[in-house]
Amino acid sequence: MTVAAMQRLPTVTRQASAEGVRLSLSGDWTLVASQRLENEGRRIIDEARRDRMVAIDLSAVSQLDTAGAWLINRARHDLARRDVAVALEHVRPEYSTLLEEAHYRAFEPPARPRLNLVFALLSDLGESAVDALREFYRGVSFLGEFMASMIYVATHPQRFRFTSLVAQIELIGFRSVPIIVLINVLVGGIVAQQGIFQLLKFGASSYTVSLIGILVLRELGVLLTSIMIAGRSGSAITAELGSMKMREEIDALLVMGLSPIEVLIAPRVLGLIISLPILTFIADMAALFGGMVVSWWYGGISPVAFASLLKDAIALHTFMVGIIKAPFMALVIGLIASMDGLATKGSAESLGRQVTSSVVKSIFMVIVMDGLFAIFFASIDY
Amino acid sequence: MTSTSTYANGAAQPRPNRDVIISVRDLVVGFGDKTIMKGLNLDVYRGEVLGFVGGSGQGKSVLTRAILGLVPTRGGAIRIFGQDRDALGPIERRALEQRWGVLFQNGALFSGLTVKQNIQMPMRETRELSQRLMDELAMLKLELVGLGSDAADKFPSELSGGMVKRAALARALALDPELVFLDEPTSGLDPISAADFDELIGTLQQTLGLTVFMVTHDLDSLYSICDRVAALAEGRVIASGPLETLLASDHPWLKAYFHGVRGGRLSAARIEHKDEEWKPAPTTP
Repeated sequence: MTVAAMQRLPTVTRQASAEGVRLSLSGDWTLVASQRLENEGRRIIDEARRDRMVAIDLSAVSQLDTAGAWLINRARHDLARRDVAVALEHVRPEYSTLLEEAHYRAFEPPARPRLNLVFALLSDLGESAVDALREFYRGVSFLGEFMASMIYVATHPQRFRFTSLVAQIELIGFRSVPIIVLINVLVGGIVAQQGIFQLLKFGASSYTVSLIGILVLRELGVLLTSIMIAGRSGSAITAELGSMKMREEIDALLVMGLSPIEVLIAPRVLGLIISLPILTFIADMAALFGGMVVSWWYGGISPVAFASLLKDAIALHTFMVGIIKAPFMALVIGLIASMDGLATKGSAESLGRQVTSSVVKSIFMVIVMDGLFAIFFASIDY
Repeated sequence: MTSTSTYANGAAQPRPNRDVIISVRDLVVGFGDKTIMKGLNLDVYRGEVLGFVGGSGQGKSVLTRAILGLVPTRGGAIRIFGQDRDALGPIERRALEQRWGVLFQNGALFSGLTVKQNIQMPMRETRELSQRLMDELAMLKLELVGLGSDAADKFPSELSGGMVKRAALARALALDPELVFLDEPTSGLDPISAADFDELIGTLQQTLGLTVFMVTHDLDSLYSICDRVAALAEGRVIASGPLETLLASDHPWLKAYFHGVRGGRLSAARIEHKDEEWKPAPTTP
């Protein structure tokens, strides 16, 4: 018994009789007929609205569901409003309960306050400005909470979850190594290639080595690593904390007298702070290697020459500028990821929104921080 | 106490010629090296409310999911509406799936949609209806399950547990299915809401002519709305039939279930009051 074979289309047939008009309904008055059902429902009104008395005969209705019952009732109501007297005839007992359940009632949509467009625009603007300020305030207060809990952990080291920290370092640091190495080798190579081609015009292609060394060690290594980690680990942290929030796991921790910052966030943020400098170092090496290979290939600078040129071009502080920035980037990524995770509301959509916002905000903040550091290092001449 | 519960459709005793709507034969389901269903047989008849009981972890939900096709089976046959579920092509499968409604244990409402949009989802996807009719039908379904129109524009995360169950039931009923699966519909509800919900299922079953497959732990539901009860233990249905048959059974698990501390108290109370309609004690304001 397939649906297609079973289906009898709902139909309205009009017959004029002595006492008025008779509409015979037949077929399956169910949602299976979808559009046809709705059209036939409308036809009841069209066929009968010019008459005084109408009898609706349900004897040939083979099936009826709530949608069918609703449409019949709605038609009856509409006809009654046009002063047409309607009588239902030959209603089977099981249909009459259904018709009773689905009796007509007006569903008024809830009134929406109408706003002036200019007013709405201004209020939106104000709201987002206040939101941004509040967000900043929340960030600062979260940083404070995190610091306080770090101080507490420092004075009570036995409370610290080292196992969790090691697990996070593995997750954030160790498992990111392949992708970090890959993208940095490529970017190092690309910078080298462009450097050689452009500097060749001035006959200064050996300066490529200083270009690679300084650019990679001061900026690119740490920046690429931070952006990669913001996308890879920041999003994971937000999603983890967000789903824990949705399933009330965070509340469970709170009522046990445990602080989510201490239990969940401290290991993750510390894991980031420890991993990021190490990853930055690995990224630096990978990018220099990529640059060296391309310089050799395109510029004919042998690895030995590359090494000696590099030694002249950079000093320890060049390398340190990059590494010093790494833990700060890690802190920013970790705090934004945790904060956004905890701000998740009940729906799956909200979780998705928080993860996106966490990644976008972290990457933005990483670049802003890098700019601030650049200004700072320039002004102290480091 | 006879088997004729308040909502039984016609004769409560399953007649052999009654229309079988779900038939499960020699079903084997397992995960890894663990076999959960070991040759399970079960029949559900058209128009009845079948209560399905079993200990926690015995696989009641697994059976429901196996019937719905969410869990792969290792053997046996499942026939629904007389069609072998495994032999159906994708189009027939879809047609079949539009003839049943499922109430998941935790509601499984789409969290990104409002209650109204949740109910309209199956209509929107499978039927061509005007927005007006869909709105009206959604509100009608909401009213049928006892939710006010103020719940319509709320998101699932803003609803209480009982409201989630009702909204999920409204969504399960959106296409007026012939068969409804309810997975622990009254768990997590207070006794008053649970009794209301039972009554609601009974009323809907009667008005819409539904067949209801209900997994439940709620002894009250078994007493008040189920035409037949099937019990699952050791990977098979150990007994099925009207409640008295199960109450009279001397299977150790059934005895423990119905005549243990909680079950015993309830069945004793029911038998004492078997002639009078049970009413809640009048409350003083």
